[in-house]
Amino acid sequence: MSETTISKEEVAHVAKLAKLSFDDSELTQFTTQLGDILNIFNTLGEVDTAAVEPTYSVTENVNHLRDDVAHNWHQKQGLLENAPLASAGLIKVPAILEDEGE
Amino acid sequence: MGTGNFETTIGLEVHVEMQTNSKLLSPSPVHYGDQPNENTNVIDFGYPGVLPVANKGALEYGMRAALALNATISPFIRWDRKNYFYPDNPKAYQTTQSQTPIGTNGYLDVVLADGQTKRIRIKEMHVEEDAGKNTHGADGYSYVDLNRQGTPLIEIVSEADIASPDEAYAYLEQLRQAILFTGISEAKMQEGQMRADVNISIRPFGSTKYGTKVEMKNINSFNYVRNALIFEEKRQAEVLRSGGVIQQETRRYNEPTKSTILMRVKEGADDYRYFPEPDLSPVVIDQEWIDQVAAELPKSAKERQQDYVTHLGIEQYDAEVLTQTLAMADFYDATIAAGADAKRAANYLIGDVNAFMNKHQVELQETQLTPQHLAGMIKLIEAGTISTKQAKQVFEAIMTGEEPEAFAKKNGLVQISDPAVLLEWITDVLDNNPQSIEDFKGGKDRATGYLIGQLMKMSKGQANPGIMNKLLLEELAKR
Repeated sequence: MSETTISKEEVAHVAKLAKLSFDDSELTQFTTQLGDILNIFNTLGEVDTAAVEPTYSVTENVNHLRDDVAHNWHQKQGLLENAPLASAGLIKVPAILEDEGE
Repeated sequence: MGTGNFETTIGLEVHVEMQTNSKLLSPSPVHYGDQPNENTNVIDFGYPGVLPVANKGALEYGMRAALALNATISPFIRWDRKNYFYPDNPKAYQTTQSQTPIGTNGYLDVVLADGQTKRIRIKEMHVEEDAGKNTHGADGYSYVDLNRQGTPLIEIVSEADIASPDEAYAYLEQLRQAILFTGISEAKMQEGQMRADVNISIRPFGSTKYGTKVEMKNINSFNYVRNALIFEEKRQAEVLRSGGVIQQETRRYNEPTKSTILMRVKEGADDYRYFPEPDLSPVVIDQEWIDQVAAELPKSAKERQQDYVTHLGIEQYDAEVLTQTLAMADFYDATIAAGADAKRAANYLIGDVNAFMNKHQVELQETQLTPQHLAGMIKLIEAGTISTKQAKQVFEAIMTGEEPEAFAKKNGLVQISDPAVLLEWITDVLDNNPQSIEDFKGGKDRATGYLIGQLMKMSKGQANPGIMNKLLLEELAKR
């Protein structure tokens, strides 16, 4: 198996997606660490899994479903009290300038 | 179709909110218009440690949509997390299905403006969660209402089979109707229950390679979709003609200028870091379950139109008007079931009832009218108990919830068809108008008109005009 490498730019990009920011020495440190972690996956990749079904769930449980019945737990008050900021029943957050909602 | 020397390729991703009782992963009510954050709990807020359970009803609604769009229902579903940070979804991921869509390989046959039918293929359909609602304040803050967070959506992804903005419009309209008739959503555009993500590319005619796609997200009006596509078609053609390159990017439609504005250069799908959802059990869908859902699926608009034309003798155009909404078609069916004449019921719904709804800007289900009352009034007309003229008053009354027969009685709105009563009036009028009898004998048709006027006055408009006319002519002949 060949060594997997991850670039500093890729680490910076993943950090940005996770809303984290690192200085240059931290980026270097995490690039090395993430590279080491990816290499463990390389070792795992040596196992022949061609005949093995992928595991999506660790329980055997399927169709654990709930009937479509509405039930209001009336947690609004507590949830808003726990939010960093709230006003008039709404959660107050710093304005998002970039319009990137889904 | 296309612009100049280019042909256009359009694909649409449509999201429809499904009107289940509860949310996809939490039992909070799905209800529009409540106080902000009223319908939320720890699951909707994405608290750590919660263990959500998926809503069986949402899956069944998804199956209904898949059946209505001729898609194959996946026998095995597992959920995925699509990760992104935005305050409208405090979980920081959307629960969706990236690898096992509930429906695949469907299609919708769309009737285009020229009357031709075009099959638009549907690539896949997913059941997933909607996000909450963000309102940007003027004070540097945004305000978040999570009532909508977790509302089940069906996402319907078309193949890039759409060749023009007008085709996109026709597809959206007919897709909305198909969804309406599954009973899973009222798909109200003004409440954001149906939104479209649009992608469009153009390429020179004859080119085998598609052009670069540009995406526009969350457009909640079919007209805006059409306008955005018209603008984009032209913009891209101008870029290519001037030797430029189309960037893969997301743009936003701006209605006041009917143009599109660059939002961001597209990130790759990898940036969403999809991974299998560990907290939800996979779902196995067997044929028995599919059959059960299929049995609950209401008849489609097209099937109903055929029934109306073939079995009830309704004109095709009228049948189409009656099937514009599920509420109208259901109402019509119930009116027929309550014993109304099919044609008269159709005429009332298409004419007077629609006019009432337009005038008062209300939906049919928001009026006081019931199928029983409409049928009751029609039966009174059919039996000759009231005249069509009197029916106008009865109609106004049933629109305010009155029972037609009781209303007609209370207000003396009865038509008198009894020959004995009518004859008495006729004799009286003829005895008092010898000149009219002479005029009639002399060949003046106008004379009968005058006599009928007198009779109507005498009967306070209650005489059955058909029977009275016949009796009058008979009596005149005898004189």
